[in-house]
Amino acid sequence: MQIKENPEEYDVIIVGSGAGGGMATKQLADAGLKVAVVEAGPFFDPADPKTMTQLKNPYDSPRRGAGTTRAFGEWDMSYGDWEVDGEPYTQAEGTNFRWWRSRMLGGRTNHWGRISLRFGPKDFKGKTRDGHGEDWPIGYDDVKPYYDKVDKLIGVFGTNEGLENDPDGFFLPPPKPRLHELFYIKGAKKSGIPVIPGRLSMLTKRINNERGVCFYCGQCSRSCSVYADFSAGSCLIFPAQKNGGQVKIFVNAMVREVTTNAEGKATGVSYINKEDRKEYKLKAKVVVLAASACSSARILLNSKSKQHPNGLGNSSDLVGKYLHDSTGSSGMAFVPDLMDRDVSYNEDGVGGMHVYSPWWGDNKALGFPRGYHIEVWGGMGQPNYGFGFDQDSFNKLVGQPTGGYGDKLRDDVKRYYGAIVGFGGRGEGLAVKENYCEIDPTTVDDYGIPVLKFNYKWSDIEVRQAKHMQDTFEEISHNMGGIYLNKPGKDKDYGLHAPGEIIHEVGTTRMGNDPKTSVTNKFNQLHDVDNVFIVDAGPFVSQADKNCTWTILALSWRASDYIIEQLKQQNL
Amino acid sequence: MMDRRKSIQTMILGAGASALAFHGCKTEGDEPVLPETAVTTDTNYYGRTPKEIERVEKLNAEQLFNEHEMETIAVLSTVILPPKEPHGGPIEADVPAFIEFIGKDMPDMQNTLLGGLMWLDHRSNSDNEIEFKEATLEQQKQILDTICNHDLDIPLDEQPLEIQFFALMRNLVVTGYYTSKVGIADLGYKGNSPNVWDGVPDEVLKKHGVAYDPEWIAKCVDQSKRNDIAEWDEKGNLLT
Repeated sequence: MQIKENPEEYDVIIVGSGAGGGMATKQLADAGLKVAVVEAGPFFDPADPKTMTQLKNPYDSPRRGAGTTRAFGEWDMSYGDWEVDGEPYTQAEGTNFRWWRSRMLGGRTNHWGRISLRFGPKDFKGKTRDGHGEDWPIGYDDVKPYYDKVDKLIGVFGTNEGLENDPDGFFLPPPKPRLHELFYIKGAKKSGIPVIPGRLSMLTKRINNERGVCFYCGQCSRSCSVYADFSAGSCLIFPAQKNGGQVKIFVNAMVREVTTNAEGKATGVSYINKEDRKEYKLKAKVVVLAASACSSARILLNSKSKQHPNGLGNSSDLVGKYLHDSTGSSGMAFVPDLMDRDVSYNEDGVGGMHVYSPWWGDNKALGFPRGYHIEVWGGMGQPNYGFGFDQDSFNKLVGQPTGGYGDKLRDDVKRYYGAIVGFGGRGEGLAVKENYCEIDPTTVDDYGIPVLKFNYKWSDIEVRQAKHMQDTFEEISHNMGGIYLNKPGKDKDYGLHAPGEIIHEVGTTRMGNDPKTSVTNKFNQLHDVDNVFIVDAGPFVSQADKNCTWTILALSWRASDYIIEQLKQQNL
Repeated sequence: MMDRRKSIQTMILGAGASALAFHGCKTEGDEPVLPETAVTTDTNYYGRTPKEIERVEKLNAEQLFNEHEMETIAVLSTVILPPKEPHGGPIEADVPAFIEFIGKDMPDMQNTLLGGLMWLDHRSNSDNEIEFKEATLEQQKQILDTICNHDLDIPLDEQPLEIQFFALMRNLVVTGYYTSKVGIADLGYKGNSPNVWDGVPDEVLKKHGVAYDPEWIAKCVDQSKRNDIAEWDEKGNLLT
């Protein structure tokens, strides 16, 4: 079978349409470049009534919102979760990594929590700070101008608090706390844990005339039909097109490899069209990979040639290495003072926390380096499948008779509605070479492309951090007059989520000044091939106790500026 | 007792037509503030991908419970959660149809559900020489009273099937009811509709003994300016 080659040459091919790919599309198209965006899933627009789940009621579905086909419940706007039909991955024996993929235009940005935290000055200099890992080749001052621009372009609410490692920005005003959040503030402060307004990319205030303003349905995970939350399609790719940009979108197109010429330079990509299951080629001057940290590593490792026998950009043998996810441990408290709620008002709020705790600890006094932040949830949310399960356990906690049936069930459900406060500790796991993904030559996906095999284990450091999270949640719960539920102990690694479960995987193509110890340079450009860039979270040297999206956006913009400049100077 | 059973059967037939009038959640006093943003949702769709639609259609074409079992589920569900004015009960909430679907959607439950229904009839026949659904409410309760109080300290899956069955049914009935239109009205949930969040009402703060910190609130959104396009000074102070 002959590979079909598209005769058109693009200035740039961008593989992936999430945060990194979306931002590169916006910047490069706005600069007048001819851009091809190649996305492995279908077209998706949050405003399309056919695919929209926003404002659906549980009874609109026969399964009442259950998560049978979508891991986070059937209203979650992600096509694909830790499992994607026809796209397997494998694990080294005795290890476990769970790999989330969203196959759709905009990728994971359609469903994410919109928690939009800048990395702080310390986060770029981990080795200097405590000897672990490696410093980034750039610092906060290099990224700050881009964080500022991202804030203004996309919109994020929050407050300037003057905190050293949680920098100020250009924030929209935050929403007022909900009732359970006031309890959390009280409980956390009693233990000396700071609480500040959340920082999430939702428009509590208009930022332009193209996007709507938040109407407080609390459903950002369903992707906002009026574009009042950040998704890469609605906020970057569509605006780039509307701005007159030359953006050609290829959907259901699964990139197999980056193609190269005799000099070893990239010439474009080859992809499988999922609809006709045939291989196609696209040509471009520059290839930008934004397929997600692991997918981009997979594409590089599968791009073997005479010039690049170890895979593209892999002369260091580090592609896929230093894979790391955020740590996570979760918990919840039952708060009797939050029983018997007044249900006369709508407290959906934005689709996430109105308050949170940035890291406060002094690691010198702790058994682990690096920190975590605490996310808070609770309140009178929309009932969906699972609502009202296991009323007995609440009865037991308040000393009421368990079991039974009849009218008391109705009364119980209402008494306990809104009386739970949940905590999510999300922290920094260390980047180590021993945690990695590689190609598993024995297995291919439905498109014939060799898959990834993961090899990832937490160390005692992450387990100790999880223990600290659990002890903290318990203390805050008691401060709120609550009962901490199901505290996981040592036998369960203190509830430490399996790597990949927090969905912040980074580090597989880390940046650095030395081509022997890094894959990309400080402008996200492959050391080995100067016309290939990686603008997802692969180039992260270290995760912070922050979510990675805002930094992906800032670095993608920075890399795009560099590409534009290098093209002008005819260096690529 | 015949009347009760008959009325349940009638309601099953009429469930699609919503047997009880829906009493909406009218808020007393202040009308809710509505945002200016127009949102439309198309009730013909609920956001499924083609593959997901295929799965739902396939499951809908299958039958898990026979007529007798569906009737038993209807009777059992109304004993577990008796209807109450004005928001009805499991029948008005389409709970039997929900259990039929979810049993097919999550096949791991099937053995427990089918086996549990058999257990109910076996027990009812042994004790009273009558099928569970035909028994009197008193007889039905006598049977359920033997399986509705499980030991919370022993994992459920280590307990007898009939105990597991009741716990599962109770969960499904409660969740099925409270995820329905009538159940949500009964619960009083006011969300899932466009509004402008401006904090917890004063009387609710008072009831729970908490208050807003004025310094905190001063930083929060002024909803009267939500439509003014954001502008900042060079230090990040919001000007609009």
